[in-house]
Amino acid sequence: MSEPNLSLIEELSGNDMEFRKKLIGIIKSELPAEIAVYRDCVMSDHVQAAAIVHKLKHKISILGMFDGYQVAEDYEEELKEGRWEGHEKFNELLEKMSQFIIEL
Amino acid sequence: MKCIIIDDEAAARAIIAHLCSQVESIEIVEEFPNAIQAIKFLNKNHVDLVFLDIHMPDFTGFDFIDTVKNPPKIILTTSDKNFAINAFEYDCIVDYLVKPVTLPRFLKSIQKAENFVSSVTSKSEVSSETEKELPNKELYVNIDRRLIKIDFEKIYLIEAKGDYILIKTDDKNYTVHSSLKKIEDKLPESLFLKVHRSYIINIKKIIDIEDNSVLIAKDVIPISRSNRPELMKRLNLL
Repeated sequence: MSEPNLSLIEELSGNDMEFRKKLIGIIKSELPAEIAVYRDCVMSDHVQAAAIVHKLKHKISILGMFDGYQVAEDYEEELKEGRWEGHEKFNELLEKMSQFIIEL
Repeated sequence: MKCIIIDDEAAARAIIAHLCSQVESIEIVEEFPNAIQAIKFLNKNHVDLVFLDIHMPDFTGFDFIDTVKNPPKIILTTSDKNFAINAFEYDCIVDYLVKPVTLPRFLKSIQKAENFVSSVTSKSEVSSETEKELPNKELYVNIDRRLIKIDFEKIYLIEAKGDYILIKTDDKNYTVHSSLKKIEDKLPESLFLKVHRSYIINIKKIIDIEDNSVLIAKDVIPISRSNRPELMKRLNLL
């Protein structure tokens, strides 16, 4: 699985350093909150979990993890059917992203 | 174009606002983390275009479209490709952007929106007289892949039935996959009135009105308190 990176953020920002800083700041505050919501409902509420995984897909793609996006998309579909098989792989993704944004 | 952004995700709002800042013709007048706040804003302010997230908790983007009367042009923004099919059912939806939105795709979408807004403006300027002369007299509904023509003057009642509507006419009834909101926009205001959240009636077909109900053909239809004044206004009372 690809590693989180800033390629998409760089592409969006161009030379606009102000926007780059702002977007990274938002991700640093928004991503941990979204992950916390996922952790709260994991293995207990698959509907809520599917909704937050859906939301996290955007963050995954912003952090340039396009294969991770597919993992999340497959997992979201599983959750809609009440299955949790993809949790471990998805959790790995969350760990990677969490570590990456701490270092930003 | 005056625009607003509705998205529960701050990162998504920031990206759209940043992309908009690169287009001279766009002015972002407000951003909203939920659709309810946006509806309140639209009740008092005019905008040309809405960037609307579909997947929001409690009140989705489609709930927003169904609630706003005469919605502005809308560009949907979503992480879900599957909603594209639903999007085609709404005339107000100009385009559908899958997140993450990139600048080239965004610019294409804006071009579409500008074409829509300018064509609507020129149509309304030029053809208001023409519309008066040549009003639509009928509606086409899609039933089992057939487009069936229904004359407006034959319809006496339209009833909401979950994801469907039941259109009752002098000759027969039709069950169509649609909503009251959608058909209301297609009906001539001079003939039809929503008297209850589940019913639209043809006011020319009323037989009598008693307290909070109206008799239309053989159906007794409830009139909600909020719709009653408008109904009374439309009657030629002695």
